[in-house]
This record gives sequence, C-alpha cells and structure tokens, in this order.
Amino acid sequence: MITATLRLPREGFTLDMDLALPARGVSALFGPSGCGKTTVLRALAGLERAAGRIALDDDVWQDDAQRVFVPTHRRALGYVIQESALFPHLDVRRNLDYGRRRIAASQQLVQLDQVVELLGIGALMARRPDTLSGGERQRVAIARALATSPRLLLLDEPLAALDAARKAEVLPYLDRLHEELAIPIVYVSHAIEEVARLAHHLVLMDAGRVVAAGSLADVMARLDLPTARGEGAGVVLDAVVAEHDAPWQLARMEVGQPGAVDFSVWARDQGLPIGHAVRVRLLARDVSIARAPQTGTSIGNQLRGTVEQIADDEHPSLALVRVRVGASPVVARLTRRSAHALELQPGMPVWAQVKTVALME
Amino acid sequence: MTPADWTTVRLTAQLAAVTTVLLLLAGTPVAWWLARTRSAAKPVVASLVAMPLVLPPSVLGFYLLLLMGPQGPVGQFTQALGLGRLPFTFAGLVVASVLYSMPFVVQPLQQAFEAIPERVLEAAATLRASPWDRFFSVALPLARPGLVTASVLGFAHTVGEFGVVLMIGGNIPGQTRVLSVAIYGHVEALEFADAHRLAAGMVIFAMVVLVTLYVVNRPGSVAAGKRTTDR
Repeated sequence: MITATLRLPREGFTLDMDLALPARGVSALFGPSGCGKTTVLRALAGLERAAGRIALDDDVWQDDAQRVFVPTHRRALGYVIQESALFPHLDVRRNLDYGRRRIAASQQLVQLDQVVELLGIGALMARRPDTLSGGERQRVAIARALATSPRLLLLDEPLAALDAARKAEVLPYLDRLHEELAIPIVYVSHAIEEVARLAHHLVLMDAGRVVAAGSLADVMARLDLPTARGEGAGVVLDAVVAEHDAPWQLARMEVGQPGAVDFSVWARDQGLPIGHAVRVRLLARDVSIARAPQTGTSIGNQLRGTVEQIADDEHPSLALVRVRVGASPVVARLTRRSAHALELQPGMPVWAQVKTVALME
Repeated sequence: MTPADWTTVRLTAQLAAVTTVLLLLAGTPVAWWLARTRSAAKPVVASLVAMPLVLPPSVLGFYLLLLMGPQGPVGQFTQALGLGRLPFTFAGLVVASVLYSMPFVVQPLQQAFEAIPERVLEAAATLRASPWDRFFSVALPLARPGLVTASVLGFAHTVGEFGVVLMIGGNIPGQTRVLSVAIYGHVEALEFADAHRLAAGMVIFAMVVLVTLYVVNRPGSVAAGKRTTDR
C-alpha cells in the first residue's frame, strides 16, 4: 500500500489530499492540466517538499510528525518524466548503468537483460541520447529507472511529448511492465485513452483534491464524474477471449469475472488465443438502448440488462444511462428525448446495443 | 631571448598556472552556487565576483596594497602567522591575480552550470546519486566546455595583467617581474627591440590560445562532448 497525506499551497489552489494506492498494478492520477498531479508525483519522489506523510508499506519516506524526510536518492523509486532526462554525455548503456551501479548487489532484483528485452532497446546500447527518436528515448528512460529495481515506478505523462505513432510504439511496452515485473506504477496522465488502457486503479483529481478514487471499472462506470463527460466516456471491463469466428475475423469476448461471465461481445479478431485476458472498452457514444431485442439491425452485440441510473450529460440534450448486465456496468449516451420516449426508469429491463468494442490487450 | 627574458616568461607562466588552479578550485563552488541558488544574496555575490571587470586595476591594486601591507588587517594576519608581508612577493601576486581574474573563471562556469537542465540533475537523484555524486558524475561532465573556457580565460587574463602587478608586485626579477611589466620596462628604457621580442610573443600566445579555445569548444568536438540541444 502506498499512502500519502500531502498538503502544499500552490498558485491558485492548495494541494490537499489523502492517497491510498494499491502496492500492485498501475494507479493512474488523472485530471486536467494544472490540477496538481505532477506535484503529487514530485512529492512522492521527494523532489518537492509538501507537508504530510508518505509511506510505501512499512517504508516511511516522509513523516513530518516524526521529522522524517528521506532524500530522493535514498528512496527506492524510479521516476520518468515527459521530456527525456537522459544524460547527454553518456551512451545508452552507461545511462542504464548509472542507477544500477548505485544500488547494492543484494538489491538488484531486476535483471538488466530482462529490462533491455522488455523495452526492446537491445540495438540502441551504443547510441548517444541525441541520436534516438522520442519514443526510443522514453523507452531508455523507463529502462534506466527499472534497472535500479525500484519498489515504486513513477511515470509523469511519459507519452505526452510523443506523436500518435510514437505513443503506439511505447504503449505496448508499458502494458507489459506490470505483467512481467511486480513493481507498482503510479501513472500521471491527462489522456483518458492511456488511463483506460493501462490503469487498474484510478484517482481523479481536480484543483489539488481527490474527486474520486477506486478501481478503474468502478470509477469509469460512475455518471457523476468528469470521466463521464466528453467523447472518452464509457466503461472499461475485464474480459477473456472465448471464441473465434474465423470466416468473419471476429472474436467473442466473455466479460465478467472468472466463473461468472456477465455477457459476451463480438469484436475484431486480433489474433489473440482463446483464454487470453483482455480489456474491453465500451464507449458510451457507441451504446444505444432498446426496450426489446432488435431484429433487422447491423448491431451484433445486444446485452440484456437493467437500467440502474439515469443522469444528465454535459449538453442539455443528452443523458447518460447506466445499465447493469449481470454484475458488469454498461454506460450509454442517449438524447434526453430518446430516454423520455422510452420512458426509461431505474429497474427497468432493457437491451443495450453495443456498436463497437475497443479491445485493449 | 636572453636568460632574463626566459626567467620572466617562466615566472609569468608559473603565476598564471597557480592562479588558474586556485581559481578553478575556489571558483567552481562559487559558480555552482550562483547558478543554482535562489538566495537574495545572489546579486551581491555576483557583483563582487564581477567587480574586477569594471574596476580600474590600479584601484584594486591600491586597496590590496593597503590590506596586505604592514598596517592592513590582512598584512597583520599574515605577519602574525609568521608568513611575513605579501606585497612585492610571488604569493602576493597570486592573491591579487586570483581576485583580479575571478570573473573570467566564475562566469563561464556559471553559464555552463546554468545550461544544465534541472530535470537531468533530478533524474540523477532518482537514480540514487547523492548531491556530491550528481555534481561530479553529471554537472561537471556536462559543464566541460565551460571548464575549458574558464581555464583558458583565467590563465590568459592572468598572463596579461599589468596594473595590479605594478601596484603590489613591483618589478623584482625572478619574483614579481612578469611579462607585461617587463615589456613596460623595456619601452620606458627605449629598448624597443627587447620590447618587440616579448610583445610579439604575447600576440602569438593570445592567438594560439583563442584558436585552441574555439576549436576545443566547437559544437560536436570531442572535448565539448556531444551535448544534445535540450528543448
């Protein structure tokens, strides 16, 4: 468990928050620019001095009550920021060695070979940082941080300075990190797509405060939060590849917990084997609602569920409807006129029609 | 070149070398502090360092003479320590040269340190490097062009100093007669041929120094290291 109580006056607001993040998986700090996300991360790293207490399990990094403040270089953490902070005077190999050489051999739990392989930088070892592309630089920076076998990896918008193609290049490596290394990650981002893809735990921030915190699926299913606004609104659910329909290049995903499948959806077959765990993202704008199962429609995914909550969306013409399918939530964005015409009420059985399912490995 | 000329050249080189080494040792921490501090004292310290740039050398020399003389506080201190008096000695010249050449060493170093992005030093901290470690493993290597400039300018400027030397060093052969004073002496005595020998040598020396400096610190040169253009 990563616990942090932080208080720091900033221009325009005061950072004031209690954080409790799981010591495994990816925790995302998500919020608009300037809401204090980076400050939280810098405080965790000891680069900024907020008042309060910071502990990673029993390892206390800061406790003002006990007058404890462990300086950055004695905290077992890795820290990667948006802009490359590689050492320009060292080649990639010596950048990677920089931190690794500064920890005791008994602390070297992560093998350098493994990190190099994991981030696909084996061919770059003799290169100078200024000859690397932006994506390569970020991968080297992440590898350099991991090579110190940190107990916590802090990533501050590591993809923000990259264009879409470079982002797509780095994202799969980030995906693999928590699967292959048991190092918890705190990930700061203002891009909901990255959060939906990577995070397990989500902390929503605004003006220095925590607006909501919880599992990604739970927070994304809430209709009262900023995440339910905009084009990125929608649920993110765990699923397993269950069936291939080879002639049509489709694959069936079973959504739910192991042994308790809530529903199946068909998505584009990406060649993943049966039994492979995936994440599916159902955007609210791609979900519509019907009172009865439809025939003569192009939509192949029709899920039977119960209306749980109806809320106003940002624009007065729109409403958000959460439908519970088994134990899993699905959020639909409708016009209020449609919601009115269907006479939608909590508890009402309906069919959620899902047009597109985005698959995230 | 007469043996007396060689003595003068050797003494001048010695003075410049000792001064440069002392200045690098003393000036580096000052430059680092000036580059990184947010202290309100920064403008004052920066001004003190820059004083010799605007002050007439004779003024600096005059006050140093008073300070280090038998009645001056520094003079009384050195006498109490049994070191004797500093004016008209080689040690006195070193003290004066260190002060006089200070800005030529501190300012290039300060600029080099200021050019190092904070995030690179922070990255070093997150990679377990202590403050000293960060300074020696990241800051100094990245400031290498500044170090080269500072050394060359410090040395060359000390070789060329005249007013301060005259005020507190005089013209004692083998002890305080440096090149610039010797040339002055030759000219005063209308020994133009002797003056030419030394003066032309100085012109060549200055040219060699500057060309070396620009070659060594050329972007992309080995000594400058391949600095990325940090955005």
